[in-house]
Amino acid sequence: MIEISPWVIFFASIFTNNMIFSNFLGMCSFISVSNEIPTSLGLGQAVTFVLTFTTMLNYLIYHYILVPLGLEYLRFIIFIITIAAFVQLIEMLVERYFTNLYYTLGIFLPLITVNCVILAVSLFMVIRNYTFLQSVGFAIGSGIGWTLAIAAMAGAKQRIKNNKLPKGLEGAGITLIITGLMALAFVGFSGIVQIQ
Amino acid sequence: MTTIIITTTMVTVFTGILALLLTIANNTIANYGEVEVVINDDKEYLVQGGNSLLSTLVDQKIFIPSACGGRGTCGYCKVKVLEGGGPVLPTELPWLTEDEIRNHMRLSCQCKVKEKMKIEIPEELFNVREYEATVELLEDMTPEIKKLRLRLKEGEEIDFKPGQYIQVKIPTYDGNDEEVYRAYSIGNPPSVKNYIDLYIGYTGGIATTYIHKFLKIGDTVHINGPYGDFYYHDQSDREMIMVAVGSGIAPILSILGYMKDNNIRRKATFYFGAKTPQDLFELDLIRGLEKELYDFKFIPTLSRVKEEHNWTGERGRVNIALEKYVENGVNKEAYLCGSPGMIDSVVEVLTKKGFTEDTIFYDKF
Repeated sequence: MIEISPWVIFFASIFTNNMIFSNFLGMCSFISVSNEIPTSLGLGQAVTFVLTFTTMLNYLIYHYILVPLGLEYLRFIIFIITIAAFVQLIEMLVERYFTNLYYTLGIFLPLITVNCVILAVSLFMVIRNYTFLQSVGFAIGSGIGWTLAIAAMAGAKQRIKNNKLPKGLEGAGITLIITGLMALAFVGFSGIVQIQ
Repeated sequence: MTTIIITTTMVTVFTGILALLLTIANNTIANYGEVEVVINDDKEYLVQGGNSLLSTLVDQKIFIPSACGGRGTCGYCKVKVLEGGGPVLPTELPWLTEDEIRNHMRLSCQCKVKEKMKIEIPEELFNVREYEATVELLEDMTPEIKKLRLRLKEGEEIDFKPGQYIQVKIPTYDGNDEEVYRAYSIGNPPSVKNYIDLYIGYTGGIATTYIHKFLKIGDTVHINGPYGDFYYHDQSDREMIMVAVGSGIAPILSILGYMKDNNIRRKATFYFGAKTPQDLFELDLIRGLEKELYDFKFIPTLSRVKEEHNWTGERGRVNIALEKYVENGVNKEAYLCGSPGMIDSVVEVLTKKGFTEDTIFYDKF
């Protein structure tokens, strides 16, 4: 166990260890759903929400079921199943009881099942030996960091929407280039806080 | 050995518990029971809730036009939702104008049936069905236009108004990896109930490439219809001015056939635009109609005639012939079918001649 405040982890995972800009994780929805700011914010909220709860759930499952039974090596399959089932359950619940929430994030939930950020956070939590609170800080921070990244991308894309691009760069091509540039900009944050 | 047993049991138990949880949730939380859907204030349906409005309506054999099959990528399946259905979803926004949102229009493939709903759909959609048809005839009319006859299954019939269109489902083929629907006007009169004739011009697009290059006689084709508010209006006995170019001839032929079948005694003139004499087709049929109909005249006009064609008829685009022969818009109505460019220029000529908006019917494609 390492002695870092959950707050530090929270801020680090937004700025210095942003999932998109330093790990390039969760790229598929990042590229495809970043055309408009409101939509990307909706997706970002959904990611943060699911991320926080699945990480908590996976922490409990890992430390109270898998570790005592000596089955740590099953974590990949168990984490994936948990995430999938949780997303499905949440979707049903939100659709039924939180109608308004459903209209803002509900439609994004199925997209998130296969977003690798979610699995990555659960796995990093294990690799880095985080405590429960550290994991929560890490999860919320990663979610907000991801939201920040996708919203910034949507903003940039809206700006260049009417500009002429070389044919081969349209769509994903230019998105990846912009991501690279933003990642470079985010390097400027490194040194503020350090985790890992 | 024990490790294998423990691991397998562990994963099985874990997955089993989650599956059980989800099944319970599906039967309690996601179970909306039977819901009432009221259509156009008079038809009530009791349906199983929880599905999209589009698929719920299809289950009730009501077909809303949809080209993408409910994925929210075509924007055709708009329906007026007066009650129930919740707010407009982000997935619908790209397809709805502000006016449509104010008028409670929704994409029926995105809007779910979860509570009692009141919706409005055009009355004619109750007549829309899905048909499985066989290619009976596939003939070159001109170098670019093919006539396609689709015969319905034995015993099946289609009811339509002369001038309406159907949608043809284009399957995936070598070079096209998505299923699409394309609309084509029916070219035969409604008295023919067990087949439809379509005239399809080659544009190099997904559908016309399929029909011109891949389709063979005997193939099965899925169609649905009829749709459209471009059709023969029989409330008046006004003189009819009909204008078409290329494959736009289809709805006009259907209307003329209808007039012949019902012995309608209205004066009618059909202006047909083409490039060269090669591009004129179904002439025998039209000349026959000239003899049989009460007062019908066919005026083909060619825009690219050369000396060797020996053409003695009209020259230039259709709007020139209209300019020349149509005196005024008094007691006349016009039926136009063709490209947006042609329609716009013809509407301009007719408006100048005194036609009002409600006496010009057109189908742009």
